[in-house]
Amino acid sequence: MFRKATTSVNKTLLSGFITLFSSNMFAAWDDLNMTEGVTAISKEVFDLHMLIFWICVVIGLVVFGIMFYSMFAFTKKKNPSPASFHENTKLELAWTVVPFLILVFMAIPASNTLTKIYDDTEGDINIQVVGYQWKWQYKYLEDDIDFFQNLTTDWDEIYNKTPKGEFYLEEVDEAVVIPVGKKIRFLITANDVIHSWWMPDFAIKQDAIPGFINTAWTIVDEPGTYRGKCTELCGKNHGFMPVVVKVVPQDEYDAWVKEKKEAAFRMAELTEKEWSVSELTERGEGVYLKNCVACHQVNGQGITGIFPKLAGSDIVLNDKARNIEILMEGVQGAAMQSFANQLSEVDMASVITYTRQAWGNADNGDGEIVVPKDIVEYKKPKV
Amino acid sequence: MSAVIESHNHDDHHHGPAKGLTRWLYTTNHKDIGSLYLWFSFAMFLIGGAMALVIRAELFQPGMQIVEPEFYNQMLTLHGLIMVFGAVMPAFVGLANWLVPMMVGAPDMALPRMNNLSFWILPFAFFILLSSLFMEGGAPNFGWTFYAPLSTTYAPPSVTFFIFAVHIMGASSIMGSINVIVTIMNMRAPGMTLMKMPLFVWSWLITAYLLIAVMPVLAGAVTMMLMDIHFGTSFFNAAGGGDPVLFQHIFWFFGHPEVYIMILPAFGIASHIIETFSRKQLFGYASMVWAMASIAILSFVVWAHHMFTVGLPLAAELFFMWATMLIAVPTGVKVFNWVTTMFKGSITYETPMLFAIAFVVLFTIGGFSGLMLAITPADFQYHDTYFVVAHFHYVLVPGSIFSIMAAVYYWIPKWTGNMYDERLGKLHFWLSFVGVNVTFFPQHWIGLAGMPRRIPDYALQFADWNMISSVGAFLFGASQILFLFIVLKTVMGGKKATPEVWEGSRGLEWTVESPAPYHTFTTPPKVS
Amino acid sequence: MNEGSKKTIRTLCFAVLGMFTFSFALVPLYNVFCEVTGLNGKIELRATNVKNIEIDNGRDVSVQFVSHNNEEMPWTFKPSEDNIQIKTGKYHTATFYVKNTTNKRMVAQAIPSVAPSNAAAHLKKLECFCFEQQELAPGEDALLPVRLIFDDELPSSINSVVLSYTIFDVTDYNDVEFTQHHNDDHHHDDSHHDGHEMEPSI
Repeated sequence: MFRKATTSVNKTLLSGFITLFSSNMFAAWDDLNMTEGVTAISKEVFDLHMLIFWICVVIGLVVFGIMFYSMFAFTKKKNPSPASFHENTKLELAWTVVPFLILVFMAIPASNTLTKIYDDTEGDINIQVVGYQWKWQYKYLEDDIDFFQNLTTDWDEIYNKTPKGEFYLEEVDEAVVIPVGKKIRFLITANDVIHSWWMPDFAIKQDAIPGFINTAWTIVDEPGTYRGKCTELCGKNHGFMPVVVKVVPQDEYDAWVKEKKEAAFRMAELTEKEWSVSELTERGEGVYLKNCVACHQVNGQGITGIFPKLAGSDIVLNDKARNIEILMEGVQGAAMQSFANQLSEVDMASVITYTRQAWGNADNGDGEIVVPKDIVEYKKPKV
Repeated sequence: MSAVIESHNHDDHHHGPAKGLTRWLYTTNHKDIGSLYLWFSFAMFLIGGAMALVIRAELFQPGMQIVEPEFYNQMLTLHGLIMVFGAVMPAFVGLANWLVPMMVGAPDMALPRMNNLSFWILPFAFFILLSSLFMEGGAPNFGWTFYAPLSTTYAPPSVTFFIFAVHIMGASSIMGSINVIVTIMNMRAPGMTLMKMPLFVWSWLITAYLLIAVMPVLAGAVTMMLMDIHFGTSFFNAAGGGDPVLFQHIFWFFGHPEVYIMILPAFGIASHIIETFSRKQLFGYASMVWAMASIAILSFVVWAHHMFTVGLPLAAELFFMWATMLIAVPTGVKVFNWVTTMFKGSITYETPMLFAIAFVVLFTIGGFSGLMLAITPADFQYHDTYFVVAHFHYVLVPGSIFSIMAAVYYWIPKWTGNMYDERLGKLHFWLSFVGVNVTFFPQHWIGLAGMPRRIPDYALQFADWNMISSVGAFLFGASQILFLFIVLKTVMGGKKATPEVWEGSRGLEWTVESPAPYHTFTTPPKVS
Repeated sequence: MNEGSKKTIRTLCFAVLGMFTFSFALVPLYNVFCEVTGLNGKIELRATNVKNIEIDNGRDVSVQFVSHNNEEMPWTFKPSEDNIQIKTGKYHTATFYVKNTTNKRMVAQAIPSVAPSNAAAHLKKLECFCFEQQELAPGEDALLPVRLIFDDELPSSINSVVLSYTIFDVTDYNDVEFTQHHNDDHHHDDSHHDGHEMEPSI
């Protein structure tokens, strides 16, 4: 209904533009309203939205109707001598009381839905969600699964060098996987600044605040892949930290959990392996493109005055120890954060090796590589 | 909008303005200072508007084309700050300076020298704010709401200059409001009781009290930020036992009344214009006053509706939802009064009336979306999306800014003695009207469809309407050049205006000549 | 200027000063408000007097411990047990393992948060490592205790509570003794804004 109403308004308003732009413009009318979502709560929120919307439309039609009637019927030409009334207590009382009653009528379902959203009973699965500049971390508290979710859209797509894919800016390296029909409780917090975790299809939007836990819950009955975004300005790449949740049947979920645990085990084995320079740089390039390019850029040149360049940097060239330290500890007071808890030993070693090999750094500096064992060594206490 | 250009035989017992630049630097004349405020605000409107166009140009298509995300964030921050503190607020102060003394029959503002000071510190504040664009690390990039810790621990070094600028703006606003209140409370012409005051005066009296109440709170908030950044306190830093959410509470305790500071004077203006061009006395004067007062009082108990997603307890969410919905009642009363004023009137459609009618309609649309935003569960979906952007631009652009333009067209014959060009004025109105709606209406949809605000790039499904919105923005922006031209043309010359200017005009300012003499009401008029 | 105007100006100036003071008064007011209502899941950062809330026949509550390292905090920080079952009105002691993995002395502050937030008002702590800052030498580790109890007023809908601790590096905010380490510590010189390549090499 909303679609039909707005279509006609817009066709008149924008007929001039139709010739200007592509003709498939009106193809996606479904995209112009709030999503109904896939949970009982999101459907209730949608109904509430439509209810208030239609109440506003009706009030608008009445008020603007009288207004436009007056504008046409009482022009100076048609009504040269204006009336002289200027108050009417009964009328004024009426249009104070009636809107109040309408508001009460709106407030009742709204309060009911809100109370349902504030259900604080236990969840079947608890997932801690941590906002970082500019990615999400998910920790499955019962199953000890822990991973980061990064945007995978290529920077070349963003900078218009290659065509944009279907899920431009809405695709990630690893989706949050949850089973259907289970109550999932999200414990939302942040690592640095305030972020906000928004999943429109579940009608969840909760701010992620450093030091504090906010909770949200959902039960999803329809399997599928759902896409959301960060909705609190959190710095430079606020627009580039999407959320993707994949809802799967229970058995698929169990298989995923098993697979994640095995992967963690394999990673531990990788750390022990002997690595060659080319293996490390190859892996390191992938890690770099995922975690570092946003600031240090593809060519390692950084951004003058804000993000230091790595190509030709003295530390990257000749100071392996400090190089490791910066990635492990971050740089206080600067945008550089600690990656110690974000990258595995293997990824940490390979990305450092990559930066020490790429952009001619190997030729200009000592060319020393870093292997996973160095990182393990670093993490051991030194007294 | 200089008041007096040619010499008049208006009065014989007072000096005219000084000559040259010193007239403007040292002036204590409320009309001169009003003009300064208005020109300053127009300059800021163009600068802030240019920044909006940078934003809209970047959003014309998906992908990063024109600016980097970092600079984009600086643009949206400065756009917000400049439009709120540099364009809308000074414009209303300018109108208050020009009109309040004439409307209450006072010779000038109560504190003319402070009036001069409160204007002349403003350019410094904005010079400091704008110069931060050229500092290392760039200008403030944390949004006009400057939430901690993005604006403290993670802020660029220029944040200190930003804080200083906000302090100066605050001082200017506070001095301006003290001046307005003292003038209104103590300098009304004999016989002008409070309930006989013109509505613009009433709206400004309430606005000034709001400013006195909340600008010091803003000053407190930025002072706490300053201490956190430089003196190691932890007001907003969780590590030291502070709380980033506390910042939001303090900010919105200021911020929500601030929103009404930017709309109450518009209510006053619309009331005068609709009354004049309907040639019928305003309907429900007393209820208009009460409505404004209740809106002002309610504005202190609704701040957390900006924070429904920070994790408030259920009881707080319910309270702030109900309190916010309640604001619809007095706002509705005002709209009904305006419509009833037009009913059985004898209406003509000069430019000020067109702007005022557009104000009523489009502000009401902004009010509807505001009511929708008040519904907490639905707000979980609307919050921080383009739906919110559409909402507050509907109340601020065709709301506040249209009312300011309406006021300029309405009173400029009084200020300059010349009629503006009606044909051009109407052209300006229609271009602005179309531009505003094409810009902001589609933003409701892209917001509902899921586009967050404050992002420099977006997913492909939002592309079409962003493009249209950008086209509208450039249309609206370009039509303001026409506005500048119309105003300049009117200042230079034009059909001479009569003292009453409009057929249906009511109020003391229409009893003096056009242009208004440099000094008016040196002997107070009698109000019956 | 007449007397009336002067009086108005005086009143308004006081109002401005008053509101400025009020903005600062909001800080303690807000903290009290938070502690009373459990807003933000905030709990008191000091031991409470909990003499009379011990009871014998409390109901079961599961407590889930969550730890998080805030940015730039490289320590190991983990609950000894992820999940415990306790009864309301009974004391329980839980521990967190913490280890300074760096080669410098550091000071940490843990900040607690409770979810759901309406449980916060009913959680009392007799002893908590979050009441004070924790200083560890390089390589040093420790088991940090928290002794907690839920009063019996805990809303019946709540059967499971999450108690989260975030540790922050507060070394830089710290005492003079520490400043010495700090000064000959090259990672913490003041040129960080200029980025890596501006730093002196070792």
